[in-house]
Amino acid sequence: MKRMDPVRTVDNAFFWDAAEAERLDIQACEACDVLWHPPRPMCPKCHSTELTPRTMSGKGKLYSWSMPIHPPAWGFEEPPIVALIDLDEGVRLVSNLVGVDPESITNDMPVTVGFAETPKSKVPFFTAADSGGSE
Amino acid sequence: MKNRPSHAVIAGIGQTEFSKESGRSEQQLAAECIKMALDDAGIAAADVDGVVTFTLDNSDDVSTMRSLGFDQLNYISRLPHGGGASVATLAHAQAAILSGTSEVVVIWRAMNERSQYRFGQPQQQIPVNASGSTFAEWCMPFGAQSPASWEGVVAQRYMHQYGATNEDFGSVSVTLRKHAATNPNAWFYEKPITIEDHQASRWVVAPAIRLLDCCQESDGGVAIIVTTPERAKDLKQTPVYLRGAVQRLPFEHEIISDYYYADDITRQDIYSTTAKDLKEQSGIAPQETQVAMIYDNFTPQIFSQLEGYGYCGVGEAKDYIKDGHLELDGSSPLSPNGGHIGEGYIHGLNLMTEGIRQVRGSAANQVKNVDSVFLGAGVGGAIIAKGLD
Repeated sequence: MKRMDPVRTVDNAFFWDAAEAERLDIQACEACDVLWHPPRPMCPKCHSTELTPRTMSGKGKLYSWSMPIHPPAWGFEEPPIVALIDLDEGVRLVSNLVGVDPESITNDMPVTVGFAETPKSKVPFFTAADSGGSE
Repeated sequence: MKNRPSHAVIAGIGQTEFSKESGRSEQQLAAECIKMALDDAGIAAADVDGVVTFTLDNSDDVSTMRSLGFDQLNYISRLPHGGGASVATLAHAQAAILSGTSEVVVIWRAMNERSQYRFGQPQQQIPVNASGSTFAEWCMPFGAQSPASWEGVVAQRYMHQYGATNEDFGSVSVTLRKHAATNPNAWFYEKPITIEDHQASRWVVAPAIRLLDCCQESDGGVAIIVTTPERAKDLKQTPVYLRGAVQRLPFEHEIISDYYYADDITRQDIYSTTAKDLKEQSGIAPQETQVAMIYDNFTPQIFSQLEGYGYCGVGEAKDYIKDGHLELDGSSPLSPNGGHIGEGYIHGLNLMTEGIRQVRGSAANQVKNVDSVFLGAGVGGAIIAKGLD
């Protein structure tokens, strides 16, 4: 069983293109030097439409988590751990924490990015920072 | 343009039975609850000239007119954000009334949300580039595919920050099921639960939400008639005054969460600014009313709303609830009809009609000496009252 494919749109294609190349890219307004996520076609600070992808370090902290158990989530053999990740660069995104026993999860634990295949694409996930980034 | 009244009033309410299988179309549920509300008010269907419902409501304006015989509509409004916008429908009805655009506005919500589809089931697909989808597209591949899963990550952080437990959340369910147990219209009439029952129910989203932390899934329809004080003078019911009504969508707020907004996603300013504006409009703060009708999709949402609306301090909801404030004889009884958890889930509308009955003095679990009621739900809030004092 594989995860669902991400939903591609005109405005988010850069994110999934990068994920397929195993890069974590976040949209930046270069003029404001601000990162925005989720992506949007216009910077809400300066209203520029010149937004460009910036590659992240892939390091961050686990802000929060939960484990959907019943009804089971589509695309997972076992209940996934849904995670909110605070990237070191200052952006938060929804992802998964993998390879960590729920009993040993702690809020704000350091995490690092990896990439998982979907039928047609790849999506970023996170592991405990000391575990080497494999699913 | 007609004369511009100083206030909008609620003149009629109607509701079908709340069930798990209505056995008829959503369009018919809509027509039935609207007809009941018009009869309750004593207003002819032909006099309706404004309508407000949800973008998620499948009943159609044209079909609704065809069934009921509305003569002409001057105001048609549909609100996004699901049940979170339920109370905000009053702000739209009020805008139509106060501007003189409409004289008789119907608010309705009709759904076969158990027999035809279920919001609690994980979604397999979302529409691309559609209203609401820009939020879900960042959640779906990661297994966050249902409202409980979206709420779950917010609730986990709340538990971490404030030391609340799932058992603390369960106190809300026990209270609401106790209220439902003495409300004959409630699905869980005569079926109270204990905290042990709550703790024995299966996990929906660990570690925050068990089955008994969730609202029901229900079939049914509910309608509310809003009009002018002048028009209400000749009608059957003593009018209930809409003293304040707010719709609110802060920057980066999503259908159920604020994942991307701030360092602290247990953010409550959506609620605190609603309460502040309602106090300014009506002179009444939520905790100064006699009944709290607060949207209970999941029990952790009651915690954040109690704190945000000002019933208690941030992180203090678990103790506030333990002190008995939400009981029928407490300082701010919560949803005496049993709420979505105990009575039924018509996407907020059945909480609003219960608030109206409490002001009228006609509720099954009538609270004593009710002058005003607070209605709170996600992206909106309202204060309704007996009069203007």
